[in-house]
Amino acid sequence: MTAKKRQRLIFFGGVFLAAAAAVALTLFALRGSITYFYTPSELAALNEKPTSAIRLGGLVADGSVDYAGNATGDVVAFTVTDGGADIRVTYAGLLPDLFREGQGVVVQGRLKDGGVIADNVLAKHDENYMPREVAEALKEQGVWQEDAGQ
Amino acid sequence: MPQNSLYDFANPLRFESIARRVFPFVAGAAVILTAMGVYFALFNSPADYQQGESVRIMYVHVPAAWMALFCYSSMAIASAAGFIWKHPLADVAAKETAPIGAAFTLLALFTGSLWGKPMWGAWWAWDARLTSVLVLFFMYLGYMALWRAIADKARAARLAAILAIVGFVNVPVIKFSVDWWNSLHQPASILRPDGPTIHAAMLTPLFLMIAAYMAIYVALLVASMLNELISRRIARTELAGGAQPATMVEQ
Repeated sequence: MTAKKRQRLIFFGGVFLAAAAAVALTLFALRGSITYFYTPSELAALNEKPTSAIRLGGLVADGSVDYAGNATGDVVAFTVTDGGADIRVTYAGLLPDLFREGQGVVVQGRLKDGGVIADNVLAKHDENYMPREVAEALKEQGVWQEDAGQ
Repeated sequence: MPQNSLYDFANPLRFESIARRVFPFVAGAAVILTAMGVYFALFNSPADYQQGESVRIMYVHVPAAWMALFCYSSMAIASAAGFIWKHPLADVAAKETAPIGAAFTLLALFTGSLWGKPMWGAWWAWDARLTSVLVLFFMYLGYMALWRAIADKARAARLAAILAIVGFVNVPVIKFSVDWWNSLHQPASILRPDGPTIHAAMLTPLFLMIAAYMAIYVALLVASMLNELISRRIARTELAGGAQPATMVEQ
């Protein structure tokens, strides 16, 4: 390798390393805002609860969905859990098709009295793909793992 | 320089004659693989237990997203070869990869949006994966704009190569965005430590589509590199006052 080529190699590699370092430091500094949602545990651990709009992500706890508010104006209440902490969510609006107990969801809204008043609910799809028959066979054999959403 | 080595392919005239012979086979493979992939993806694969028929968007979306990253990585490697070793073809390969990669990125963004509305309930979310892929799309556009902004090809190649390698930092960020931050986008289903989480009946159409996209990329790249080499030769011929350049005699 000639001296000129080595010089260009060092320059090119240097540009890449400098850019990588700059991006890594920026992303590390901004990690709190890059994260799309808080988990219930992360939210519970915050000393100063955010007063502006937040996103909360986790699983809809089994047996927690309550449509009782329906008579008074289409309000649904459910609990979002990550195993470590639970937060009760109330929401008036249309739920996505994938919404159900055990499903991962991301809720947008504001904290109020320890719960979240949501103005939008998104379903979080997991990384598992399989035909319906396979899913049913797995459930029948009792080897179904309900780890959707995380 | 030894005979019949990799260096021979770096000779533009040698590349042209090989590329002309290879192109019909690659283009044919692209057509056949696409036909097979589309047949399996749309007609001969099961619906998903959660997503139903919407899972078929995945067969267009995932290969497009992979190719978006693959094209950018190829572009960065070719840029490095052009910048450091001054290979005449490497710069052309990098330049011609950009619009193809940008098209794959746009396809991934567009099909992802179509899938997001019925599944998530949103066309778009500013989560780390979606945002970093949008940045990738803008990097492609910036790279293409830089090439067009500078008339001197050698200077354009040097500056574009630096832009390409700076943007390459984004590629691992995209890949690991779903692991590093909480994101709405699901984590990897195929390239993960404990093996794919996609059922075999769905992996067949997916891998066929990935092979098809790869063949489409190679076919388009070969064709557009040929175009670029020929148009550069025409430009040189016109500069020389219409006379046949000496290199033409070899043909």
